[in-house]
Amino acid sequence: MSGIILEIDGRKFEASEGMTILQAAQKLGIAIPTLCHHEKLEPYGACRICTVEAEIRGWTKLVAACLYPVEPNLIVRTRSEKIDRIRKTILELLLAHAPDSTQLKELAKEYGADRDRFEKEASFCIHCGLCVRYCAEIKKKNAVGFVDRGTRREISFIPEIASKECWNCKECFPLCPTSALQAAYVLTEALASSLHSFVHEG
Amino acid sequence: MDNEKIDKIIDKHHCEASSLIQVLLEIQSENHWLPKEALERVSERLEVPLTRIQHIATFYKAFSLVPKGRHEIHICMGTACHVRGATRILDTVQDLTGIKPGETDSNLKFSLQTVNCLGCCALGPVMEVDGKHHGKIAPANVADVLKKYD
Ligand code: SF4
Ligand code: FES
Repeated sequence: MSGIILEIDGRKFEASEGMTILQAAQKLGIAIPTLCHHEKLEPYGACRICTVEAEIRGWTKLVAACLYPVEPNLIVRTRSEKIDRIRKTILELLLAHAPDSTQLKELAKEYGADRDRFEKEASFCIHCGLCVRYCAEIKKKNAVGFVDRGTRREISFIPEIASKECWNCKECFPLCPTSALQAAYVLTEALASSLHSFVHEG
Repeated sequence: MDNEKIDKIIDKHHCEASSLIQVLLEIQSENHWLPKEALERVSERLEVPLTRIQHIATFYKAFSLVPKGRHEIHICMGTACHVRGATRILDTVQDLTGIKPGETDSNLKFSLQTVNCLGCCALGPVMEVDGKHHGKIAPANVADVLKKYD
């Protein structure tokens, strides 16, 4: 028996080496909310909505379930007053950026998050990196990437690559938890075509 | 900046993707900014996607994606310089060069930038031009210093 025995929400589970808490919970049918996770992509750990309590040798810490590997005798709690409070605040912060995201609104209902708690700073992108990572890891096209940093970080298409690759793909569109991606794409497309006609007329 | 020069820098680093930042820094210091064509060349030769290069080039303040002047003026706005009149130095430089922080004049002579501490507070107020420090500078002396550059 080489499995790793751990406990999630009071239920024992035998996991295999290298599994994350999220994967183990999914096997048990326990739902942990995620925003930046995608099973085909490398774990990223950007949104922290999957935060859970992990108790090991009597110590409890907060970890991102989508990143944290299972270990023997781990005790995981996926819901608690503290966890719910953390998820609520994360959602409120994200909602300041993308107030109309369906995915966020649904989670907000579940965790009692107030959409208007923080002043709106509608950038629409919540930096989950799904579009960027999907394009790089799965499609290997690297048509979209992040630029700048901190509060000014945003996604940006490379017009030359986008005009060749994106029209026939657009597989990243449904991944985006907000509408930021489509907006950015449409903008790039418009820019690229105006550039195009500019070059041809000029 | 032509491809030949860029290639020389890249070859010096044996075309290794791990030297990306070093390569960009050298292009930046030789050319004062990173033109798109240069980034494309680097991307092609180091086999690093352009998205990644763009991310890095916009992440670090050392890089510029817009043309920079031949001479870079840095004015310290740190606390020590501030209380010793950095704002007046900045005003004078703006008047003389006609540019605001973050801008470059149309002759590509000067670029102006404010910084938050140059690490020599005892010399405040400090104006730095191309890495040379001008400490305890008075607004009246700014013109004399800038005159030396062309
Ligand atoms: S545009 Fe959408 S998918 Fe891409 S990083 Fe932003 S929120 Fe995520
Ligand atoms: S899903 Fe785990 S950090 Fe986003």
